[in-house]
Amino acid sequence: MSLLTELTIFVLAVFVGFEVISKVPNTLHTPLMSGTNAIHGIVLVGAILAIAIATGDTLGRVLAVIAVAFGTINVVGGFLVTDRMLEMFKRKPDAKE
Amino acid sequence: MLVPAAFSLRDPQFIQACYIVAAVCFILGLRGLSHPSTARRGNMIAAVGMAIAVIATLLDRDVVGVPLILLGIAIGTAIGVPAARSVRMTAMPQMVALFNGVGGGAAALIAWTEFRDSIDAGGGFALDTEIAVLFSTVVGAVSFWGSIVAFAKLQELISGQPIMIRGQQVVNGVILAAVLGGCVYLAAAGDEQSVFVAILALASVLGVAMVLPIGGADMPVVISMLNAFTGLAAAAAGFALDNTALIVAGTLVGASGTILTRLMSQAMNRSLGNVLFAGFGSAPEGGGAAAVASGDGSFRSTTADDVAIQLAYARRVVVVPGYGMAVAQAQHAVRDLAAELEKRGVDVNYAIHPVAGRMPGHMNVLLAEADVPYDSLKEMDEINPEFPQTDVSLVIGANDVTNPAAKNSPDSPIYGMPILEVDKSSSVIVLKRSMNPGFAGIDNELYSDAKTAMLFGDAKDSIQKVLGEVQAL
Repeated sequence: MSLLTELTIFVLAVFVGFEVISKVPNTLHTPLMSGTNAIHGIVLVGAILAIAIATGDTLGRVLAVIAVAFGTINVVGGFLVTDRMLEMFKRKPDAKE
Repeated sequence: MLVPAAFSLRDPQFIQACYIVAAVCFILGLRGLSHPSTARRGNMIAAVGMAIAVIATLLDRDVVGVPLILLGIAIGTAIGVPAARSVRMTAMPQMVALFNGVGGGAAALIAWTEFRDSIDAGGGFALDTEIAVLFSTVVGAVSFWGSIVAFAKLQELISGQPIMIRGQQVVNGVILAAVLGGCVYLAAAGDEQSVFVAILALASVLGVAMVLPIGGADMPVVISMLNAFTGLAAAAAGFALDNTALIVAGTLVGASGTILTRLMSQAMNRSLGNVLFAGFGSAPEGGGAAAVASGDGSFRSTTADDVAIQLAYARRVVVVPGYGMAVAQAQHAVRDLAAELEKRGVDVNYAIHPVAGRMPGHMNVLLAEADVPYDSLKEMDEINPEFPQTDVSLVIGANDVTNPAAKNSPDSPIYGMPILEVDKSSSVIVLKRSMNPGFAGIDNELYSDAKTAMLFGDAKDSIQKVLGEVQAL
């Protein structure tokens, strides 16, 4: 893919990101942080691709496996912890009783 | 359905299409976070997007080493799932710091792998790939080590106070210059593993050196900034790997972290540079500590039964929670007290300062955990005009965010920071462990105000005693 195409995607993502995230209320800023932690778990995709190019030697493999493990921690940990938090935010009609 | 004859799940075009779907899911997921009622579904949509992206990648015909991939995923799951399940809500800031760090670490490791691959292949990178690889390496490493230090501070493995060495800024500047110099060298003179490893090591040192001098009260800014760093490192890794899923997702996270960093800095009326380089809260030779020593120290101490009477016969009470409430795990006790007061017809609200606690939205999560309905949590701009009509402000382990010095004393290090104007309410009760100044080390003139009464002790303990007294009335 050409650099210009990638830059186009990048610039558009910047604007979409600012647009969407500026609408997140203060109350949800912690879930936003842990949710975005989960989303940058997309490095897992990069790590999976890295394993393919790291078959040369042991060190390379170890580095890539650690990267996969890190990415997985991000993905599973991030989404789980965010879900736990957001579950607490759901409206509880009988909370005042 | 019409399927082209040559269609294959391994078709690169199909995988690209999956990435587009994943990107849409991430954006929709984040949009769900614009309201508490849609947030949980949003998170699930984002998770589905992630599953699509990962599965599509596994279909890629270039992917080999599936056992290694599964090994890594197994290790990550074995660590991530129990951690996410068992973490207490009060420990959320350090959890977020840690998760954030591993993301940055992964980005740096991916970049390292790319670099080694290019050396093995014998050819150098194109300049744009080289820049992306180096950016991902440096920013990823800074984010990883910075987050580890933030984690250690929040977990109190090391002191939460700023740790400064003499000439810290000069040292940091020199390290940064060396890192940049190394990058320019690699780009100009070709790829050399030793230079790359040196850059990685120096960036790691920089990450540690950057966060060590930052005090606990500034953590919301730093955590947000590291969040942005990790996102940008992931996006850079996407440029290096020519992968759109990484570019989009990383950029979204970068935007989120940037917005939060800006909001947090604004809420402290300080620039990011000031947070990073001023060693706020360290200032022992500045006005802060001197004021503590010389403060007239005349404060009024009170008892649980007095507080109970004051609260029970008030019309309007505003609770101002801070980090102290988190430390004492007092959120459930606070909720019980508020419920008891409401039963007696007292109007109870919560005033949340944007930087109360150790991360953005920290107090909101704790109070949500205690089943406090989110519409009784008021933001600063909303609640400040209401303080003059408030009978009692109950300040629980919050300090700097209530300090009138931010409005009144141009000499104060926090002058200009927007605060919760509890000093405008008819009376103030401050729950505090002891008379030690807060994290910023600044004397709070609220405490010596004539209408302020101090209730010393563990916040949870104190609240429970007050609750007992209210029930006995």
